[in-house]
Amino acid sequence: MTDAILSASTARRLTVDKLGVMIGLIALVAAIMPFAAFRANRIVVGISKGTFEALPTWEAALLTLALAAVIMVALLKTPTLWRLMASLAMLAFLLIAIGNAASFLSPEGDKLARVSPGAGFWLLLFAFALLAADSFTRLKLAPWLRIVTLLLVAAAVALLLWSGSWNSLSILKEYANRADAFWREGQTHVALALGSLAAATVVGIPLGVVCDRVERLRAVVLNILNAVQTIPSIALFGLLIAPLAWVAANVPGASAIGISGIGAAPAMVALFAYSLLPVVANTVVGLESVPPAATDAARGMGMTNWQRLLTVELPLAFPVILTGIRIVLVQNIGLATIAALIGGGGFGVFVFQGVGQTAMDLVLLGAVPTVALAFAAAVILDAIVEMVSTGARPA
Amino acid sequence: MIEIDALTKDYLEVTVVDHVSMRIEDGDIAVIVGTSGSGKTTLLRMINRLIEPTSGTVRIDGKDTRSVPAHLLRREIGYAIQGHGLFPHRTVGQNIATVPVLMGWDKARIEARVEELLELFQLPAAQFRDRLPSELSGGQQQRVGVARALAAEPKVLLMDEPFGALDPIIRAKAQADLIGIQKRFGTTIVLVTHDMEEAIHLGTRIAVMDKGKLLQFATPAEIVVRPATEFVGELLGSGERAFRLLALRRIGDFVEPGEAEGVAVSTEQTLRDGLEEALWSGRSAVPVVDASGKPVGRLTLAAVEKLGARPQ
Repeated sequence: MTDAILSASTARRLTVDKLGVMIGLIALVAAIMPFAAFRANRIVVGISKGTFEALPTWEAALLTLALAAVIMVALLKTPTLWRLMASLAMLAFLLIAIGNAASFLSPEGDKLARVSPGAGFWLLLFAFALLAADSFTRLKLAPWLRIVTLLLVAAAVALLLWSGSWNSLSILKEYANRADAFWREGQTHVALALGSLAAATVVGIPLGVVCDRVERLRAVVLNILNAVQTIPSIALFGLLIAPLAWVAANVPGASAIGISGIGAAPAMVALFAYSLLPVVANTVVGLESVPPAATDAARGMGMTNWQRLLTVELPLAFPVILTGIRIVLVQNIGLATIAALIGGGGFGVFVFQGVGQTAMDLVLLGAVPTVALAFAAAVILDAIVEMVSTGARPA
Repeated sequence: MIEIDALTKDYLEVTVVDHVSMRIEDGDIAVIVGTSGSGKTTLLRMINRLIEPTSGTVRIDGKDTRSVPAHLLRREIGYAIQGHGLFPHRTVGQNIATVPVLMGWDKARIEARVEELLELFQLPAAQFRDRLPSELSGGQQQRVGVARALAAEPKVLLMDEPFGALDPIIRAKAQADLIGIQKRFGTTIVLVTHDMEEAIHLGTRIAVMDKGKLLQFATPAEIVVRPATEFVGELLGSGERAFRLLALRRIGDFVEPGEAEGVAVSTEQTLRDGLEEALWSGRSAVPVVDASGKPVGRLTLAAVEKLGARPQ
């Protein structure tokens, strides 16, 4: 009797978590891949270094033990909070360890030598970020708590940067050479993404309202915007060079306000064109989802068309419209990278320079902040969308 | 008073409402009955110009409804619909205050009116004012819908199948509430339904519509006793004519002196209720008491039998 209960409970305790199995497998593969790569200068082929070569023996051993422990936590059905804590601790350890590996591998006083994270490091980072994200989703945190968590993570990364423990990493050596340009292009990047979003919102929401009211226009507008979305982004940037150059040359005052065939103007126009579809389509869908009885009552009680739109329809459609804005913002932060191709600036400048020089560290200097920005934008806007929708319709 | 004169609505080739004329007196509950597609809802929606008539006129208290902009006209007329149409993002209080806010009432007056209406509909303000519609039961939502329609003290209230989505028990309560409110405010009510039972129960006058035409506009008793066409008779259902007639008459008007045994009925109940009580308990007469419970006489089966017969 007691045995039966005991074995039943151990059986339950020993059930494995499906995602945990996957994370365990990824981590195992990652463990035998190089943790870091050493290069004599920034463009030669690197020499792979395993964990025990890249770190002092005690630290490598500690990392291996920690890995084993966290994989066990992931593998078994453990409480969600444990999984979250374990994955966050592992991520922090990995981030500190890669900085230590860089200082450990760099010869004293050698300014040309570069140490960059290896495939093993990236895979481990991916595996435990996945575990952290999964635990977060399972915890179902309140929206504001998710934003607070994001701020805490950002603060932790800022602390690592400020402490200088990453200073020997190749990506930060690239940064050190280009600190001014980095912040300038960062500003351009954000301005491109937010500026085009603002323009798309100002134009897209009214356009969506008109499409909702005039059925014939709806199909035409949505089809055109759909077609625009299918144009490859590089092609769209290129296609805009000729017409905008013509405008700059022939419309008085156009070049004075910064319009030209290349540069930020065509980048802005292209991003704006891509942004319109999600905003317009979501406005239409949002307005369609307003209960017909509510609009009928609004009309029957004597609201004017404007009053009905502003006080009933748009507030009810707002969560859906905001979802469209979220899609646009995340999409634009990524797409703005391509603006560098036509001289528009942004983090893409480093990506394309890096590709040109086969300097992957420089590519990362452009790519990592872009990904971080897009991720932060997604988390913040998701939280806002949830807050707005639950405000209107509690379950 | 609402005067509808040769009101017509055409959609392309189809005439949905065909030269309908009727006069609804102040304080009437006029119920428009018909099958779906009879044009009853279109007729109702032409009164507050949610649908603009093709031809004909509507006058309220002698004034042509086209003499003011449509949205201003609608603010003067209450409007309640099936499925209540409450604004899901606004609280109960904000929903009720909709028309007073549109009309620019001052804050204190709006607040007082919202509270008055909530109490009237047995929804204590402290408990319900700040809730969202989704937090109410179906019956409560419907009551808030009617309260919202009455908020700006309209003289006329239009209702489109207002009780259609309610279950029978809650519907009976809502109907009783509506009659009480009509008595209290003297509001003229125009109500659309497909349910003849509801029409006879609520209406002081019933308009029967079919294929866009007004077949008969008369008191419930008149409709039951002398249906104008075969269709009106069909709508009434031949199986229940006698009972419908009895249901229209108060016991109080037919009390005989004398005594009877057993459970009493009230003067305020209908002859149908009295007949049911007598048949169910196997008595040939039942005692009658007035509203205060004082015995006033008896009701005999023999009398009810005669009253249920078709009047000559």
